[in-house]
Amino acid sequence: MSDFPAMAPGRETGFLNRTEMLGAAALALVIFVLLPLALDPFRLNLFGKYLTYAFVAVGLVLCWGAGGILSLGQGVFFGLGGYALAMFLKLEASTPEATAIQSTPGIPDFMDWNQITALPGWWQPFHSLGFTIFAVVAVPVIFAFIIGTAMFRRRVGGVYFSIITQAIAAILTILIIGQQGYTGGVNGITDLRTLKGWDIRTDEAKTALYFFNGALLFACLALAQFVRRSKLGRILIAMRDREDRVRFSGYDVASFKIFVFCLGAAFAAIGGAMFTLQVGFMSPSFVGIVPSIEMVIFCAVGGRNSILGAVWGTLLVNWAKTTFSEGFPELWQFGMGALFIAVVLVFPDGLAGLWKSHVEPLFGRLKPRTSAPQPAE
Amino acid sequence: MTETKDSFILTVEDLTVSFDGFKAVNGLNLYVEPNECRVIIGPNGAGKTTVLDLICGRTRATGGSVRFKGHELLKMREDQIVHAGVGRKFQNPSVYEDLTVFENLEISYPRGYSVFGALAFRRDQAVRDRINEIAETIFLKDHLQEKAAYLSHGQKQWLEIGMLLIQDPELLMLDEPVAGMSVAERVKTAELLNRIIADRSVIVIEHDMKFVEDIATRVTVLHQGKLLAEGSMAHVQADPKVIEVYLGH
Repeated sequence: MSDFPAMAPGRETGFLNRTEMLGAAALALVIFVLLPLALDPFRLNLFGKYLTYAFVAVGLVLCWGAGGILSLGQGVFFGLGGYALAMFLKLEASTPEATAIQSTPGIPDFMDWNQITALPGWWQPFHSLGFTIFAVVAVPVIFAFIIGTAMFRRRVGGVYFSIITQAIAAILTILIIGQQGYTGGVNGITDLRTLKGWDIRTDEAKTALYFFNGALLFACLALAQFVRRSKLGRILIAMRDREDRVRFSGYDVASFKIFVFCLGAAFAAIGGAMFTLQVGFMSPSFVGIVPSIEMVIFCAVGGRNSILGAVWGTLLVNWAKTTFSEGFPELWQFGMGALFIAVVLVFPDGLAGLWKSHVEPLFGRLKPRTSAPQPAE
Repeated sequence: MTETKDSFILTVEDLTVSFDGFKAVNGLNLYVEPNECRVIIGPNGAGKTTVLDLICGRTRATGGSVRFKGHELLKMREDQIVHAGVGRKFQNPSVYEDLTVFENLEISYPRGYSVFGALAFRRDQAVRDRINEIAETIFLKDHLQEKAAYLSHGQKQWLEIGMLLIQDPELLMLDEPVAGMSVAERVKTAELLNRIIADRSVIVIEHDMKFVEDIATRVTVLHQGKLLAEGSMAHVQADPKVIEVYLGH
């Protein structure tokens, strides 16, 4: 797994160094081969759901690990992405024939229950899949851009930023629950059936979506790695250390923060949309404060400086959560809290840090080394 | 003091900043010529660092004007002031500890300032050559691959000076560049500064009188946010007001 690699001067190192390449290959092996072979479709779908959180965790590595911007409201973007797709799927499921028993056929069932008699105008564009796919990313990114501009231009940062993002997560949850005629309220948007006529509830569809989700995750990982490897990635680290020095080196610090916050939001939104597809509904319980903080824990456990570590962390914590909550439903939340405390106090660099400090040296001893590990050219 | 000469690179007039009624800088006028090395001295709390903060935009002035080559700096954002050609070194060495010396210098390389410019930035031969050249100047050629966190205090000061040099500013502002340095480092720094002030204007804040004498073209003495005296080192040293508030103690 990777830390920010120290690069040799006078030479561009490759896209991935050897450890990163091995880490990515191992992750691909687990996601695309081992898990599909070992798990039944139900469990595989569960892991697919976990992987949707990994999108958020990868975004957090860029925002928080590299840029030092800790957002406690990533659930907002996860939710917006998820809701956008859920709206499309709900409209597709709400054909006049399927909803013939409603007082107003052809609109989503929860609208009918709330005495709404016509589809609201802002729902109309979600009849189009093209618009929906655009909106999945664009709506959260525009929202993140507005929040980011409002805060970073005014130099709001650190704990204040975290608290405000948390407040936004709370506000959005309340808004969604309060406007149940338009949003499905506390139940969310449920009973999603088909995507352009393709039934997403079958085992085959779930397995296909799992692989599609994995491929998308790797695309996001590649994009994240590109950003980290660029000068922008180093500027983020520099900003985290010495924001003033970056500013007085001629950079408009706020625009870099806004960019990385928007990128994190885009990743979270893609994760949210994939969540909706694989789980078959979207509800406010994936938007609010608790899920947002859980996503930070996934990232912290995996290692906030390692994009691959964040994926491993997400898989591991969620697997543990499912396992323990099946066995000890009362206790897992305490376990989750203890885990977070342990990460902060004992291994702040997470699993990736432990790997780097404890496992990699073992490899080093096993094989004769000709020289320092050469970065791939 | 009110006439404006076109030959000045920096014209500070009636500069005032007030923090909750306390005027840290009060009606200050300061004129810096091209290729001049101006040293600002004064007792603690005289407003020396605040003056630099005002010029580079770190602190917003309450009144007055700061013109650099015809641009009014008080209306500009910090990064725009840097692009106009003003470089600022902080009092405490301010380097990126998690990055290598090479990467520290690379971030200051004057290209790819925008978000997408930074994404597209390539480490080409021109960048490498320039970084090597600067590293040689600041005595850090053998440390390019080291993380800045592992440098000594003096080396961090040099690195920060190097990060400014790579931008080739027309006006360089240094806040106590030799504070906390060993004698050997101080000698090397004086040599370094003498070389880099040759072809640019420099404003230095310094307490070390021996060092001031070595580098200063003119000296400005500040006291309680106001100009107390200005002139050559010999001139201000002989000024009874300066002796009273600063040198005599």
